[in-house]
Amino acid sequence: MSAPIIIFFVLAVMAALGAISLIVQKHPIHSALSLIVVMVALAGLYLLMGAEFVAAVQIIVYGGAIMVLFVLVIMLLNAGVEERTNFSKMATFGGIPLALALLVAIAGAVVGGHGSVQAATQSGATAPTKQLAGLLFQEFVYPFELTSFLILIAILGAIVLAQREKI
Amino acid sequence: MTDFLSQHAEIIITLVKVALLLFIVLTVNAYLTWFERKVVAHMQSRWGPHRVGPHGLLQPAADGLKFLLKEDPTPAGVDKFTYFLAPLMALALALTSIAIIPFGPDPIRILGHDIYLGITDLNIGILALFAITALSVYGVALAGWSSNSKYPLLGGLRSSAQMVSYELALTMSVVGVLLMAGSFSLRDIVNAQASHPELGIFGWNIWPQILGFLCFFIAAIAETNRVPFDLPEAESELVAGFHTEYSSFKFAMFFIAEYTSMITVSCLCSIMFFGGWLSPFPASWTLTHYLPSVILIPFGAWVIYDGLRYETVFGRVVLPGIGFAMLAIGGTLIALPTVNEFIQGPFWLLAKIFVFLFVYVWMRGTLPRFRYDQLMGFGWKLLLPVSLANVVITATAILFWGKH
Repeated sequence: MSAPIIIFFVLAVMAALGAISLIVQKHPIHSALSLIVVMVALAGLYLLMGAEFVAAVQIIVYGGAIMVLFVLVIMLLNAGVEERTNFSKMATFGGIPLALALLVAIAGAVVGGHGSVQAATQSGATAPTKQLAGLLFQEFVYPFELTSFLILIAILGAIVLAQREKI
Repeated sequence: MTDFLSQHAEIIITLVKVALLLFIVLTVNAYLTWFERKVVAHMQSRWGPHRVGPHGLLQPAADGLKFLLKEDPTPAGVDKFTYFLAPLMALALALTSIAIIPFGPDPIRILGHDIYLGITDLNIGILALFAITALSVYGVALAGWSSNSKYPLLGGLRSSAQMVSYELALTMSVVGVLLMAGSFSLRDIVNAQASHPELGIFGWNIWPQILGFLCFFIAAIAETNRVPFDLPEAESELVAGFHTEYSSFKFAMFFIAEYTSMITVSCLCSIMFFGGWLSPFPASWTLTHYLPSVILIPFGAWVIYDGLRYETVFGRVVLPGIGFAMLAIGGTLIALPTVNEFIQGPFWLLAKIFVFLFVYVWMRGTLPRFRYDQLMGFGWKLLLPVSLANVVITATAILFWGKH
């Protein structure tokens, strides 16, 4: 096995274990830490595909800013250990078949796909940041600006909701 | 054996470089504490450390030994996993960030391999550094949370809020530099400043990017939790802040992490705004190439003179020894022009890094601490708008007048 394949599997297992641990952990901080592991492992996978810029941004935005906010909120609320309840019947009877169906669908796509994973890891063709910037700010500039407006409106909405009493 | 060596030369060279850089950085860290204590002491009309070794030069070694030998109790009720993870994360991330810094322009050629100064040169250099900085918040925040104690929790909360607030300004303030260089690589950023070698100091990014530099330096001090932004460990309010419950070597790990990130910030400031390894003099002034010797030889002579009059016998042996070593290095540089040429780049970079480290210590000696609301107001209402304005101004200027 070549080095990229080994690294791919290490990162993939790391991401999957992190995701499972996120659900299983009892304490919110431990769940948040597991989510950070998932984010960093995903960044590693992007790096493996030659998408350096996306990998760095993944860590800066998701691993850094957003998860710090999660951790800050958990610490601020001083959230304690979760209390376990019995799973609802909906989750048992509806959830397990749905999860199996999703697994089959993904497995089918992976098996049926014509080695697209290999093509991505082995091509080594890096998408330069300039190309990405060109796509984002020239070709797709209107959707990009619209998304920015949407986020701005969401921020304003949050401020209005938080300050309702004062207004 | 030789086959093995030649096949894996790249990996072996990198491993040796990593070991060497770790050794250098940790030694510099140790002596940075000595330097800081001495400078702050003299600012306050004291002597600073002077008992262990001549002029207290062995104080870092004594401190390190003390950290290793002290009892390391774990307080009751801590979250074990996170409590042990936090100092590890802080130290590992701080040391990783040094790996991206290039320390000189030219490679050394040994046995047919070009060995560059600096472990790696990434295309996304500066972004990778920001990614590491973004993660290093967790060391402090988790240390505060996992200690199961009130003061550390307050310190951890303060640090996460502070770092989230100042990271935006930190990232926005370098956009101007990136626009002028057209690259994320630190090597390219320095080379972009070398496009007018006849200008010397006036070709550096500091002149067009003075706003960006001020924002970057202030935000970077806040990110490293140093005075006047050291609210996470404010002694007068929070005992010792986030590391109150840590002792022995776990405390030392936070300490080393803090000093290492100071070094990284100093490297970044010199590389991005002050021309990195470029000389401040125009390229045609070749006489300035003897500056390292001109500094080393008189300083070495002074150390010998001072050492011979020192009160202890140990000092009368060690200090002249150091002085003679400086004289010897200075003399060698004059005698061997090729070595002297090679040393120019690293010399200027190290000189600039030293100046920034001094500024760090200087501020610690002189500035009072921010109040918490002042800190937040300063970050969001002043630094962020100014750094955004800097981006707009730089982009407009480049659009109208081109890059140079």
